[in-house]
Amino acid sequence: MYDVVIIGAGITGTMLSWKLSRSRLKIAVLEKENDVAEGATMANSAAIHVGYDPEDGTLKAELNVKGAQQYESICEMLHCGYKTVGAFIAACGAEEEAHLDVLAARADARGIPYRFLSRDEALAEEPSLSDNVTKVLDFYTTAVVYPWEVAAACMEVACTNGVELHLNTPCQSIEKTPKGWLIRTPAGDFETKYIVNAAGVHAAQIHAMVAEPEWQATPRKGEYYVLDEDAKPVRHIIFPVPSKEKGKGVLAVPTVFGNTLIGPNSDFQEDPDDNGTSEAGLAYVRANIGKTLKNIPLNRSIRTFAGVRPTTTSPDFIVEEVSGAPHFIDAVSIESPGLASAPAVADRIISILAETLDMPENPDAVMTRKAPVILKLMTPEERSRLIAENPAYGKMICRCMQVSEGEIVDAIRRPCGARTVKGVKKRVGPGFGRCQGGFCEPKVVQILARELGISPLEVVYDSEKSNILQSENRI
Amino acid sequence: MMEKELICVNCPMSCRLTVQIEENKVVSVSGNSCPRGKAYAETECIRPERILTTTVRITGGIHRVLPVISESEIPLDRIMDAMELIRSAQVKAPVQVGDVIMENILGTGVNIVAARSMDKFSCSDTSQK
Amino acid sequence: MKKVQAIIIGGGSAGLSAAVTLKKNGIEDVLVIEKDEEPGGILEQCIHNGFGLQTFQEQLSGPAYAERFVRMAEELNVRILLNTTVTKLTADRVVEYVNSEEGAVQVQADAVILAVGCYERPRGGINITGTRPAGIYTAGQAQRYLNIDGYMVGKRVFILGSGDIGLIMARRMTLEGAKVIGVAELMPYSNGLPRNMKQCLEDFDIPLYLSHTVSKVFGKDRLEKIEMVAVDENRNPIAGSEQYFDVDTLLLSVGLIPENHLADHAGIRMDPSTKGPVVDDRYMTSEEGIFACGNGLHVHDLVDYVSLQAARAAEGAAAYLRNGSPKGTPLCIKNGNQVSYCVPSQFYPEDPAEKLTVYFRVRTPMDNQQLVIRSGDKVIRTLKKRKLLPSVMEEAVLLKKDMEGLTEDITVEITEVAS
Repeated sequence: MYDVVIIGAGITGTMLSWKLSRSRLKIAVLEKENDVAEGATMANSAAIHVGYDPEDGTLKAELNVKGAQQYESICEMLHCGYKTVGAFIAACGAEEEAHLDVLAARADARGIPYRFLSRDEALAEEPSLSDNVTKVLDFYTTAVVYPWEVAAACMEVACTNGVELHLNTPCQSIEKTPKGWLIRTPAGDFETKYIVNAAGVHAAQIHAMVAEPEWQATPRKGEYYVLDEDAKPVRHIIFPVPSKEKGKGVLAVPTVFGNTLIGPNSDFQEDPDDNGTSEAGLAYVRANIGKTLKNIPLNRSIRTFAGVRPTTTSPDFIVEEVSGAPHFIDAVSIESPGLASAPAVADRIISILAETLDMPENPDAVMTRKAPVILKLMTPEERSRLIAENPAYGKMICRCMQVSEGEIVDAIRRPCGARTVKGVKKRVGPGFGRCQGGFCEPKVVQILARELGISPLEVVYDSEKSNILQSENRI
Repeated sequence: MMEKELICVNCPMSCRLTVQIEENKVVSVSGNSCPRGKAYAETECIRPERILTTTVRITGGIHRVLPVISESEIPLDRIMDAMELIRSAQVKAPVQVGDVIMENILGTGVNIVAARSMDKFSCSDTSQK
Repeated sequence: MKKVQAIIIGGGSAGLSAAVTLKKNGIEDVLVIEKDEEPGGILEQCIHNGFGLQTFQEQLSGPAYAERFVRMAEELNVRILLNTTVTKLTADRVVEYVNSEEGAVQVQADAVILAVGCYERPRGGINITGTRPAGIYTAGQAQRYLNIDGYMVGKRVFILGSGDIGLIMARRMTLEGAKVIGVAELMPYSNGLPRNMKQCLEDFDIPLYLSHTVSKVFGKDRLEKIEMVAVDENRNPIAGSEQYFDVDTLLLSVGLIPENHLADHAGIRMDPSTKGPVVDDRYMTSEEGIFACGNGLHVHDLVDYVSLQAARAAEGAAAYLRNGSPKGTPLCIKNGNQVSYCVPSQFYPEDPAEKLTVYFRVRTPMDNQQLVIRSGDKVIRTLKKRKLLPSVMEEAVLLKKDMEGLTEDITVEITEVAS
């Protein structure tokens, strides 16, 4: 019997599992995919929005501000990349400038620091701003993270503290029992006192297993270009002035690793699982980035991707116990700024749980993880010292991102470690660079096979059946 | 008299050849830059031949397969049969470039030889030298 | 800090040729840095033949061609550091490398030759929409899996791009029992050598779809299907021309890009048309004492030319080590009408090289044209060209007397033959 089963290992589920792992509770995380952070957490703008955007009086506004405030220390504890880059909200013309004042007023009320920049001042820092831009509001504490890195780090620490992670475990049905709930999955049944529904785009299906939802899922797709790290068109996140209809608009985001994201569009779609890109979506991105920026080198694109946001008919986040389903807690409609809000969403769930669940502290729980070795960030002397201890750190596997064999082995051997080529990429970066794994993928396949004790033929790219190699050619 | 246009595959120059054929015999070749082009045109019109390159399984080497090459052209219509035979071949490292891997393949008189040397695998081979 | 006279970054066809030439020119202290476990570079996976006709007057496979240079380098006692990756290069020629034995090491070089090669344009560099399943590879990646690691990546294959690697892989996969459904080429002409069109596609009845592209892929786990569309003369998809093929594998042969990360970070000036460094007639980049050659400079179609140009770069480096930089200020060698790039693109009219071969490519296929090399209005040379193809690198030779004392940039252009 579990105390809490969390359905979904996205940023919400993993952040909650990390925070809950401080307690002695028996916890399981069920994830239907082959790794953590496979849904919206894998494919979003990677920005820690500071919280100026949500309307007054919403849960979104409250959790965004509280969540964003925690990120820097969380990333410090978990040794995740966190880079304060600042966010330029670029207004074009008087009407949009007036909206900057609205945002600034909200920021004042919420204690968010900002500064206004004239066109010339902004241009001095961002020469690529388009000719339309007349004024800029800079939320200079805005940061970027790698969302999947944070999720994997949270899960890693949670697992170390005893939380169980069950991958490839989709929830098929949920039954009420006298003591709580029974969750049926192809991997077996899970009995639990509490359920947290953090299933992202699939949250409506999970909710419908216990009660008819009062909201409907309206997934929205966002498509992006990734530009080569040497292209570097911007130093800050560049936003257009947000609108009700189109959300935050098409942005340019300088990522932690140095690549630049350009996107997203925001289109409703029926299928929550369809994360394919479309010509129409990418054309929208190409057309709209020009509003705030010029000369964006889209010809230096190294990848395009799409993510599906778990939007619903509810305009606000829903983080509450479902009425008529005691001890079943929804964390749903966590669309943007869901990443920034995740720590506060987790706190809110914990306070709901605490109303009826005793949560004794686990004195053995360790809430930090050992800092991963990142050779790229070290001085030659530091690197040499490490390589002397472990020669695998001296063997470069990915030359674009400069990732060594030792770092890849670490990523595989960690708790909640990488088991797939994409899992390695998500955790330590090989394949994120300009060749997109053209050179390093064969080597990563070999390392995964060796470390997991399987044949290279069994190594998968991402999902369980996404094998890279089909057959031996000469055996 | 029949005229045929061909692209010589002998080398990357890819010469465009014009061939005059009479009663299944090549009577003249033009457009070639070397004697190999003429020879190519003559066989190409009667029975095309190609160099075959592929790999064989190697044990004890630094890689699992060894590239091999036919010493000279073999008939194009026997290429797939040759592949079938080569598929079952196995060699042991070390191998020197030019070593005969399969003699007189399919009775064509052409040997399949190693396209590179391959040392035995040893720990020092993969570490820095 | 350790000091070395000349460091060559990359131990492939360009790096090995440069090393051999440096030694032959009396430069004793030469160090080649190679990231892989053996020298030879990408040639090791290019097991097909056709290499070496110019260099050795023989037809060799890629590995055999590489081996000839490795032997020469060994005989001349070239030091090759294997399993070693250069992580940084500075404009004042400090090379930082890393390997398992020495750790991270900085070395001061008097001259550096970049011989870093190129990489294949990935899916994200072109507009293929749809899902992101396994089963999509660059052609060279599949080539490595097959020819070095000994694995087949799939059985029903479609290939986008008729570049040589794509064509070679069409044959190679067919020989190994895969069914190659077709090859799509965005342009109205093939980008591969005519011999490869013949012996890789025609020999095996593999259809080539010119003016077509792969627009979308389908499949969640593994590739299941592709959508191919015809394109108009502006390369835009033609609505209604969609065709679907059930395949488990898509190979991309959609262009090679010089690897220029190190050069970029050293502040070396780049040529947007080649995507490699700008070099002068000695193959020296904008930074003194740093030279560039091979596919990292511009993408070649024949390895023989790589070796040849790398030797020129090494001669340039040897001359620099003896005499310093050329005298005076350089003028440019510019792309004129129908020419997409020229390498080298600078020369010294006060101190010209004895002989300079300018390599260039044309923008579209053309018949019976005239190559004109001029400096301002002064025509230096004209040459008739029967057949010009973008896939075939062209050359034009300039002699010392052609360049000496010029006051205006040189332009290389293609014009109609005056009748």
